[in-house]
Parts: sequence; C-alpha cells; structure tokens
Amino acid sequence: MNVGKQYWELFLVFFKIGAFTFGGGYAMIPIIRNEVVNKRLWLNDDEFMDMLAIAQSIPGPISLNTALFVGNKRLGFKGSLFSSAGIILPSFFVILLIALVFNQFKENPVVESIFKGIRPAVVALIAAPLLGLGRSAGVNWKNSWIPLSVALSVWLLKISPVYVILVAILLGVGHFVFAKHTMKK
Amino acid sequence: MELTELYISLFLTFLKIGVFGFGGGYAMLPLIQQEVVDVHKWISVSDFTDIVAISQTTPGPIAFNSATYIGYTAVTEMGYEHGFGVIGSAICTLAVSFPSLIIMTIVCLFFFRLKSNPWMLASLSVLKPAIIGLIASAALMLMNKNNFIDYKSWLIFGAVLVASLKKVDPILLIVLSGVAGFVLYNSF
Repeated sequence: MNVGKQYWELFLVFFKIGAFTFGGGYAMIPIIRNEVVNKRLWLNDDEFMDMLAIAQSIPGPISLNTALFVGNKRLGFKGSLFSSAGIILPSFFVILLIALVFNQFKENPVVESIFKGIRPAVVALIAAPLLGLGRSAGVNWKNSWIPLSVALSVWLLKISPVYVILVAILLGVGHFVFAKHTMKK
Repeated sequence: MELTELYISLFLTFLKIGVFGFGGGYAMLPLIQQEVVDVHKWISVSDFTDIVAISQTTPGPIAFNSATYIGYTAVTEMGYEHGFGVIGSAICTLAVSFPSLIIMTIVCLFFFRLKSNPWMLASLSVLKPAIIGLIASAALMLMNKNNFIDYKSWLIFGAVLVASLKKVDPILLIVLSGVAGFVLYNSF
C-alpha cells in the first residue's frame, strides 16, 4: 500500500470510530480496540493497554488521545494529524447542524417542555457512574477526602478546576518526595 | 465586542480547557461551565445543560461537542451571520484539541519510559481521586434551580438514576425523559 493510502486509511478508521460511538470516552474503548488491535494489528494487546493508561493520564478526551497515539505510532506527527481529524470531524458536523437547527427551535414551547424533562436526566446520568468510577480510580475510605473536598470546593466555593488540578499534582509529587526522603533516613 | 476579539477570547478559553482537561468527558464539565457560563456568559446554564444532553445522545466526546456548539452560539448571539459562527466552532474545536496534540507528540517520543516513571505515577496518585471529585461537582453544579424546577424534575432524576445504575442505555433514558417532559409540562 502506498503512503498516501495509509494516511487516508488512518483518517477513515478514526472517522468511523468518531461517527458511530455514542456517549464518548469509555464506551469507545472496545470499538477502538477492535479496529486497531483485532482488525488491523496496528498495536498488540499490551501496547493497547499501555496506550490507554497514558491516554487517560494526559489532558483531553480519551478518544482524541488514542487517535493521536495510534496515528503517531503508525505514520509519525503527520499521521496523528490525519487520525485526529478523523475523530474530530464527525461530531463537528453533527453538532454544527444541531446548533443551526436548535437555536431556531429552542424558544418553541414544545421543545422547551421536552428539555425540561431531559435536564434532570442529564444530571442523573453524570451522577450514576460515580461510585464505579471512584472504585476504579482507587478511591477508598482513607483517601475519600480528596474527591469530597474537590467536589465541595468547586461546587460551593466556585474554585477553578485549574487550581484543583495544579494542587492535586503538587500534593502527589510532594508526598512522593517526602516518602523518598524519609525512606533514605 | 469586536469579532476578532471574540475569536481570540474563544480560542484562549478553549485552549485553557484543553490544557486542564484531565480525566476527559464529565471531568471537564465544571471548568467548561465556569468559563463559558459564569466568566464569559456566552450561554445560559440551561443551554449548557442542553448541550450536555445533546452530547449524551450524539457521537463524540463532550469536550468537542461543547466547543463546536459554544463557538457557533457565542458568535451568532452577538448578531453575526452563520458563517462567522461556523468559524467560531472551528476555532474552539482546534483550540480544545491543540494541547492534546502537543502533549501526545512529546509522549510518543519516549513513551515506554514514561508509563512506569515514578514521577508520573506520583503526580497521578492524588489527581485520579481528584478527577472523581470534579465529575461529582459537574453533577452538583447542574443540580440548580434552572434544571430542577419542581417535584417532577426530582421524580425524573430519581427514576433515571435508578435505571442508569441498572445499566439501561443512556440514549434511551434521554429519549424517555424527553417524552416525560413533553407529557408533564404540556397542558393539553
């Protein structure tokens, strides 16, 4: 296969993933794995798991980070441009279309009544997976003060998540340095 | 506000959201909401909730969806034509993706040393539980008077919460609660 075709293939694979995975993030992982590991052998299982760990540790949506990594590993920086364009464009067009239409209809009383029903459901859908996510992030009784204080300070004190993230990184690194230092003694 | 000024402001805001977008998805919502609703007032809190609802029912990550939607809406609400709104969408989407592109490019240079790097693991040790707190605050921030208007809202919330814990498909739940809204809030 010539190189131009390979760029095009990268774009198409991630375009497909971007177009058909609803709910974002964690729902996309099995589909990405199927395309990238099973069907195309671009990564093996171990590489895929390592890649996921990194994709979840750096900023940005997991699907974008995954696309960037696979594109880069296959065809370098330019490859990552093609794969990320593929993952971004489907939702870009869909949402643009919705924005064009929805902005004209949102004053409509019927549309408004539908959204009055949907809004509390949105909150429930965010809250429901919290316990499971907490468990897989290693939250237990001993460190439960971390998510609790974060939630309260962002919600009630309106502290920017920017500071929360910076403080969390500093605390983690600080604890590590302190533990290393006391171990040497 | 001058259009160029608005574009620059949108770009910088979504760049910031991209840089601090740890945890992806719902964990990014509190920052997006603070910046877009509270600081810049580009959209209302109900509009913001509607974007989240639309994101839950359409493909793609919430960060992109809200970037695209807000870029368009912020520009057209100022009275500019649709075309300028589309440019706004593109600017926000590029800005929110740009930090990931740079960081991932650097990560790929020395990937296999990074994954078990003790400094990396140390910085994540507090950040991971903190991200759970950010998702919780996203839910709490949306639990406001605009979205919970009466007891019916709480009934819908309770029913969806239980159904979601029982692994009912989220898209189906959004559709059903839309139907519930249509029935409960229309006087026939």
